[in-house]
Amino acid sequence: MDGYTYSELGAIFAMQGFAGISLFSVLLLMALGLAIIFGQMGVINMAHGEFMAVGAYTTYFMSTLTETYFPSFLPYYFILSIVVAFLVAGALGYLAEFILIRHLYSRPLDTLLATWGLSLIMQQTFRSVFGAREVSPTLPDWLMGSFQPTEMIDIPINGMFVLGLTFVVTLGVFYLMFKSNWGLRVRATTQNREMSGAVGINTKKVDRYTFSLGCGIAGIAGAAFTTIASTGPTTGTLYIVDTFMVVVFGGAASLFGTIASAFSIAQAQSILEFFISGSMAKVYTLFALVLILMFKPEGLFASKVRR
Amino acid sequence: MNFVYEKILGGKNGMAALLILSAIILIVFPLFLDAFRLNLVGKYLTYAFAAVSLVLLWGYGGTLSLGQGIFFGLGGYGMAMFLKLEASSPENTAIQSTPGIPDFMDWNQITELPWFWEPFTSFTFTIIAILTIPALFAYIIGAAMFKRRVGGVYFAIITQVIAVILTVLIVGQQGFTGGINGITDLRTLNGWDITSDSAKYLFYYINAGLLLAVIIVSRLILASKFGHLLLAIRDKEDRVRFSGYDVGNFKIFIFCFAALVSAIGGAMFTLQVGFMSPSFVGIVPSIEMVIFAAIGGRMSLIGAVYGTLLINFGKTTFSESFPELWLFLMGGLFIAVVMFFPNGLAGLWNDYGHHITDRLAFIKNAIGKIQKTVFSKKVQEQS
Repeated sequence: MDGYTYSELGAIFAMQGFAGISLFSVLLLMALGLAIIFGQMGVINMAHGEFMAVGAYTTYFMSTLTETYFPSFLPYYFILSIVVAFLVAGALGYLAEFILIRHLYSRPLDTLLATWGLSLIMQQTFRSVFGAREVSPTLPDWLMGSFQPTEMIDIPINGMFVLGLTFVVTLGVFYLMFKSNWGLRVRATTQNREMSGAVGINTKKVDRYTFSLGCGIAGIAGAAFTTIASTGPTTGTLYIVDTFMVVVFGGAASLFGTIASAFSIAQAQSILEFFISGSMAKVYTLFALVLILMFKPEGLFASKVRR
Repeated sequence: MNFVYEKILGGKNGMAALLILSAIILIVFPLFLDAFRLNLVGKYLTYAFAAVSLVLLWGYGGTLSLGQGIFFGLGGYGMAMFLKLEASSPENTAIQSTPGIPDFMDWNQITELPWFWEPFTSFTFTIIAILTIPALFAYIIGAAMFKRRVGGVYFAIITQVIAVILTVLIVGQQGFTGGINGITDLRTLNGWDITSDSAKYLFYYINAGLLLAVIIVSRLILASKFGHLLLAIRDKEDRVRFSGYDVGNFKIFIFCFAALVSAIGGAMFTLQVGFMSPSFVGIVPSIEMVIFAAIGGRMSLIGAVYGTLLINFGKTTFSESFPELWLFLMGGLFIAVVMFFPNGLAGLWNDYGHHITDRLAFIKNAIGKIQKTVFSKKVQEQS
C-alpha cells in the first residue's frame, strides 16, 4: 500500500466502497429472493440466476419496445419495467412451482437437479430468443452521469439508484414477512407445516406464492442489474454461486443475516479488487467464506427454526 | 469362493451385468469403432469413474458432492504436469527465453520452475500424487464438514464453491497453471508417443480395466458391513449415531474414496485426450457428472457407466447436428429423471426389464417344448 497518500487511500476506499455497494445491492436483491426460497422453504433453486436474467431481458425488451414505438416515454419506462420484470419473473416462478417444485419438497437434493435442468432450458431459451451476444437496454438520461462530492471521489448515479431500489425492496420484504398476515402464514408454514395446515392455512398456496415472490424479487434484481452490466444468456450462472454463499453465510433463515453477509462479501471483494486482480479477490473472498463456514456452519446469524 | 461370487460379483444377476458391461467395453467397442471413435469412448469412460464415485457417495451415502470435478481435475492436472515437464525438456524448448520450463510459463515471464512443479519430474511421484493428493484434499474438506455435522444441501453448496475457487484460481494464475487454455501439447510418456494409435488402444484397455476394477472394489465396499452402515446413514443418520457409530468417519472415508476414483478418471482423461483444462473442473462438469450417475441410476454402479456413455453419445451427436436442441434435451432429462424415474436407467430395467427377460424365458421354454414334442413324436414314429 505504499505510494498512496492518506487522502488518496481515503478516496480509493470511498470509491471502491461505493463500487462494492453496487455489487452489494445486486447481490442483496438476488439473495433476498433466494433467502425466501431457500431459507424459508428449503428449496435449492439453481435457476434463481435465470429468473434474474428474465428480469434483465424483460427490461431490455421494454427498452426496445419503448424506443421503437413510444420514444417520448423513454425517460420513464425504466420504473415501469422494474414492475413488469417483477411480474414476469414472478409469474414464471409461479408456473415453475406448479409444474415442477411442488412435487419435490420432500427431496431437497433432487430439487437441485431439477432446477439445474430448468436453468439449462431457460438459458437456451434466452439464447434462441435474444441471441448469444450480450445486450443492454437504453438507459434513461437521468440514470447516467455521476455525482462528485470532492474532486477525487466520483460516484455513479445508477449505483445510487440501485441502492435506493434495494432499500425499498428490502423494506417491502421485511414488511411482507414480519408485519403482514401473509408473512405470518409463511413463517408458520416454515416452522411447522402440519400444524399450520391443521389451523387452516393453505400451505400449498403459501408455498406457491412464496416461491413466486422469491422469483419476482430476482426479476427486480435483474432490472437493477441492467444498469450496472450487460446481460447474456449465461449471466445468471455467474451470480448463482455467490448468491448461495450470501444466503448460507448469512444463516439460511435470517433476513438480517442475508443483508449483513451480502454487505461484507461485496465490500471485501470490491476493496480487495483494487489491490489485487479481480480473480484473486474472488478466490480470497470465497476461500475466507468457506473457512468461516467450516468453523461456523450455521452462518453468521443462526436460525431459530427447529427442523 | 462362494463369498467372491455372492458378494463381489453380485450373484447371478450382478455377474451377468458385469460380464455384459465388460463384453461391451472390452470387445464390442474395440471391434466396431475406429481408433478415433474408440478414443472418444475412452474419454467418456473416464467420466464414468466420477459417475461411479457419485453412486457410492450420493446414491448409497446420501451425500451429494457438486465438486467431483475438483478431484477429476486434480488427478488430470497431476498427470498433465508430469507430461508437460517431459514435453518441455531444454532441447524441445530451446527457442524460449528460459529453456526447460513449460511454454506458458515462458509466455508469462516466469523464469524458474515453481516449487510445486519440481517433484512432478518424477513419474513415481506423479502416480503417488494422483492417488494421494485428491484423497487428502477430500479428507481435509470432509473432516471439516462431516465432523461438524454439515451435510446435505450445505455440503453440496460448499463443494460447489470449492470447485469455483479452484477454477478461478487455475484461470487466474496463468503462469503456473496454463490459465483458461489449460496444459496442452502433451506428447510423450517416458519417451513413448501417446498420440499414436497403438498408445490409444493400450490406454483404452488400461482405462476400461481400471474402471471394471473400480466397480468390483466398490461392490466389495458395498457388500461389507461398511456398505450397510452407509445405507443406514443415508436413511436415518441420527439412529446410526445413537447406536454408537461415528458417522463422520464413515462419510469421510467414502468421500475420500470417491475423490480417489474421480482422480484416477482425471489422470486417464489426460493420458487419452492429451490435454487438461479448467473446463473439466468447474461447476458445469461437476453437475454433469451428477447427471451421468442420475440417468444411469444413482443406486447402480454399472448403470452409472451406461448413463455416462448414453449422455455423452447424445451430447456428441446432438451438438454436431442440432446444437440448439441439446441444452433443451439435457434440461428436460434432468427434470424427467428426478420427477419420473428417480432410479434412472437401472431402475427402469429393474421395473420393466423382467418383461423382456420373461418373454425371452417364455420363448426359450416354447422352443424347448416344441423340440420336445417333435423329438418325442420322432421317437414314437421310430418305435
